[in-house]
Amino acid sequence: MATFRMTVDGKRVSVDAEPEMPLLYALRNNLGLNNPHFGCGLAQCGACTVHLDGEPVRSCVMPVSAASGKSITTIRGLGTPDKPHPLQAAYVAEQVPQCGYCINGWVMTAAAHLKKNPRASDAELREALSGLKCRCGTHVSIRRAIKRAQETMS
Amino acid sequence: MSVSRREFLKSIGALVVGGFVPLEEALGQGVAGKPPLVPGELDSWIAVLPDGRVQAFFGKMDMGQSLDVAIAQIVAEELDVGLDKVEVLMGDSATSCNQGGASGSLGISHGARPLRNAAAEARRLLLEQASKRLAISQSELSVADGVISGQGRTVSYSELIGGRHFHHKVEWNKQTGNLMDIKVEAKPKPPSAYKVVGKSMQRRDVAWKVYGTGDYVTDVRVAGMLHARVIRPPRAACKVRGVDESSIKSIPGVRVVRERDFVAVVARREWDAVRAAQRLKIDWHALDDAFPDMSALHDHIRAAKVVKHVEEVKRGDVAAAFKAPGMRLVEAEYEWPFQSHASMGPACAIAEVKAGACTVWTGSQKPHFVRDGVAALLEMPPGNVHSIWITGPGSYGRNDAGDAALDAAYLSKVVGKPVRVQGMRADGTAWDPKGPACVLRARAALEASGKVLAYEFVAKGFSRQHIATNEASPADSLVGQAMGVAAKPTWIFGVPAESYGFDNKLLAWEAIAPLVDNCSPLRTGHLRDPVGPELHFASESFIDELATAAGEDPVAFRLRYLTNERHAAVVNAVAEKAGWQRRTSPRPSQAGPVFTGRGIAFAERNGTAVAAVAEVQVDRRSGRVWARRFVVAHDCGLIINPQGLRYTIEGNVVQGLSRTLFEEVRFDRNSVHSVDWASYPILEMQDAPESIETVLIDRPEVAPSGAGEPTMRVVPAAVANAIFDATGVRIRKAPLDPARVKAALSRA
Repeated sequence: MATFRMTVDGKRVSVDAEPEMPLLYALRNNLGLNNPHFGCGLAQCGACTVHLDGEPVRSCVMPVSAASGKSITTIRGLGTPDKPHPLQAAYVAEQVPQCGYCINGWVMTAAAHLKKNPRASDAELREALSGLKCRCGTHVSIRRAIKRAQETMS
Repeated sequence: MSVSRREFLKSIGALVVGGFVPLEEALGQGVAGKPPLVPGELDSWIAVLPDGRVQAFFGKMDMGQSLDVAIAQIVAEELDVGLDKVEVLMGDSATSCNQGGASGSLGISHGARPLRNAAAEARRLLLEQASKRLAISQSELSVADGVISGQGRTVSYSELIGGRHFHHKVEWNKQTGNLMDIKVEAKPKPPSAYKVVGKSMQRRDVAWKVYGTGDYVTDVRVAGMLHARVIRPPRAACKVRGVDESSIKSIPGVRVVRERDFVAVVARREWDAVRAAQRLKIDWHALDDAFPDMSALHDHIRAAKVVKHVEEVKRGDVAAAFKAPGMRLVEAEYEWPFQSHASMGPACAIAEVKAGACTVWTGSQKPHFVRDGVAALLEMPPGNVHSIWITGPGSYGRNDAGDAALDAAYLSKVVGKPVRVQGMRADGTAWDPKGPACVLRARAALEASGKVLAYEFVAKGFSRQHIATNEASPADSLVGQAMGVAAKPTWIFGVPAESYGFDNKLLAWEAIAPLVDNCSPLRTGHLRDPVGPELHFASESFIDELATAAGEDPVAFRLRYLTNERHAAVVNAVAEKAGWQRRTSPRPSQAGPVFTGRGIAFAERNGTAVAAVAEVQVDRRSGRVWARRFVVAHDCGLIINPQGLRYTIEGNVVQGLSRTLFEEVRFDRNSVHSVDWASYPILEMQDAPESIETVLIDRPEVAPSGAGEPTMRVVPAAVANAIFDATGVRIRKAPLDPARVKAALSRA
């Protein structure tokens, strides 16, 4: 066991854990956050995605020690109903999620990509979102929402 | 509810019938004053709160397709209150009757019936009360947003009954599950009077999902809760010889729970449970070669003894027609693999067994049956089990959620503390009940003119209910089976649903025995639109093969034979919207590496008619198929919420496309090898359609049928027919993945 300090959604926190314990378990159990989600534990789906210093990472495979000293943002820290991230506002407008369990992967990955490339083309977005899973099949809605967010961001 | 409580309520019931017992008082005394939760009480379905809000108690639940909104629309409509005033409480065994949970796309067609009747009856009673109170005849009263007015005077629902119970009997039809309904004196409104039903309304679960502010079942935390992982065997039907607990002694505080062939680890910290489950050494006595070679799966099905054979549709003299002179025989055989629910996350459940009672939080779409299954497993009366549904990580039938609920309940009983069980990825992919693999044989006899004289379709496969549709019996759970309760399969498959008016016609199915009786990762159960994609992949591909044999356009061919007007209407509507040009398939020769084609498929499902056109690109170099555009025409009778319906159809198209192009459970003679997303790939964004267009045919005069699943069944054949149209190559084995398509093209 060791103590790791980090910032999560703007708050300074510390976590006591084995260095190899995935960040996901620290966020969910040590810090009591209900997002992100466990989907595979193998970095194959995206349900656990958070931003680490602004970059999307799969918290289910990232050791908590690798997050030490860094700043983490979860979907809850990305925006709020009062101050939504444009993607979140677009997701609500387009009524995107069905079961919604996959949402961290799509929103956090797209948010990071749009920050770098706000005018990403459809082909670039399809590439940027590869590796993410949505079992309910909301892919067409997801693309509609991203397009809507791009319009509000430009 | 315990018997004593029921008796108590019965004893006070006589005192309060006809009067209203204050809800606040009732809450102060537990549930005293509220009639028992039985379908024959109006209060079991609907309540008016002191502030005028309305609660509807629904024994089914929504999983993101806006069913709850539709129920709220129906209740608001009948009761004449604003939609925002109606809250729908779903899937809690303590607040709703057993309407069967999510099942068969029946949420509106069946699930809404008692709610609609209850809301209408509540309105009738309230008008009666208002008439007395205001001394105005009912014919002079009107209702708007929960306020009754007449002759310039008003009284609101909340003044009349807010916070109190109706204590009004309704006539229950004595059915439990999907068919549960009540008969009331009130007459529900005619569709011509609808103001809320039929309008697009926003979902209620979107914002919390988007902002991460709500809870999934995975997020339920109970004080003192321990974390568990269940260790499924490495092969089918393994027996446990021994468990070496010293193998996890480096992880302090982990408890091993073993009962016969069920093994789990329980720990205070989740990470400890995960690590312990990975490290625990178990001496398994494995059954060798339980499965056939994967490459011989469909040969196994062809050769397997038929356990049950049913001829569902039989018209004319098929045998004689096939022997008629001068007939041209067309025949084909299709194959469909095992498929996994592969829900977005492995299932999770939390259970707390305390003082002879159990509370279980489950993502299972059948929470009332979870109650019954837990009660049977723990040997306690069902009334002592409180089952609470909370949305889970995806639910498309009998997935792994049913197992997790019973696992958690059992473990909580053993360790005496609340227990949270969550699977690892393999538990959701390798160990969920599978959609059944099958072989589908079709043949037809054509006259010289191209007319189909005889048609025969026989489906043969593993039963769709080796594992029952719900977990009400431990026999249908892995924990039950591991502890020695034998599975009790129901032998059932299915036949295509259509109205092709061939003079001589036979549609039949044959079910075969499971590969392994108990504790099998290839046990079969209901997967969204059970056997729909399987059957109609074959039947609607074959209809196209007949159209080609008859030298006719696939749309024209279908219209020639469809006998149901609504069926023909969806085919016409989809063709028109898609801009379908009438010609025979395949398309005249194309140049370049990427060929394009279009395909249509049609099917019916419990009253809903659906047709889809797929436009595909086939890359002849890689074998990749991109279904670029889909058009769907959909007729499910009266439409409650067009926007919700449209999104539900879209989800069906994409999930159906994933099953068509990519999904196949892989295994060897001993084990299932599809354990994660790498070994069980599903569709990703690169392969998602560019557009899905929908034509919604609204029929207010026709009672609503379902929409949760029908579109799924037309996707596979629409794609297969489009591939044939593009390339002239007919692929009769799913999934139509790049390797298979490339191989088929290279053979052509």
